[in-house]
Amino acid sequence: MSVPFLSIGPSVLAIEPLLAAVVERLGSLAGSDGAVTSFLGLVRNHNLGRGVRYLEYEAYEPLALKSFERISAEVAARWPGVNLALHHRIGRLEIGEASVAIAAASAHRGDAFAACRYAIERVKQIAPIWKHEFFEGGDVWIEGATANPDDETARATAERVACA
Amino acid sequence: MRVTIRLFARLRDIAGATELTREAPPGATVASVWRDLVSEFPELGKYERSMSSAVNTDYARMDQGVGDGDEVAFLPPVSGG
Repeated sequence: MSVPFLSIGPSVLAIEPLLAAVVERLGSLAGSDGAVTSFLGLVRNHNLGRGVRYLEYEAYEPLALKSFERISAEVAARWPGVNLALHHRIGRLEIGEASVAIAAASAHRGDAFAACRYAIERVKQIAPIWKHEFFEGGDVWIEGATANPDDETARATAERVACA
Repeated sequence: MRVTIRLFARLRDIAGATELTREAPPGATVASVWRDLVSEFPELGKYERSMSSAVNTDYARMDQGVGDGDEVAFLPPVSGG
């Protein structure tokens, strides 16, 4: 099954199509990858001591997709040769469902692990996506980072975490 | 001129609308659109220092000018992933 490398939408996420998409199988680079890593973010049943019932994700979709393109370009600049795929789900998600799926393929495992970790850190920093948490007894919008793609300190932090 | 304002998450809840259309004077900036919005919905003011903005689906600084028909978005701190 062929999937876009970057997407955001209400569809249920699956990691296998992303793994297939990032590994080079055609053309002159076929067979050049030695590692593929993946990350799946799941809806957790607890947060800050609250029992979570479900989450609703909202996004500014066109800007979210542009943010993913930026993250992909940053990965390409920092880890040349890495192929990255990144899908984020929006809408209502139940406990245990995947909200984000990332795959990275490279000649060597180090770059593939680092690129995957970097991508999720940057999603949390700059993608215009919000969690609305419905917990036992109420609901709350989760507010994390002030999104600023040009904040080099934040970007460097993501890179440091990715390479730790 | 007229601008379309897009609001998300808690900002949308405060204003009670996903999208608003408002008149803006010549020379308007993202900052002036925001100030007018806060006058209309004072509770938005607490996001002054933590929100981000975008014009026509690209991140924008507060001093960026806006033109007739532009879409100006205000974004509370993000929580994807």
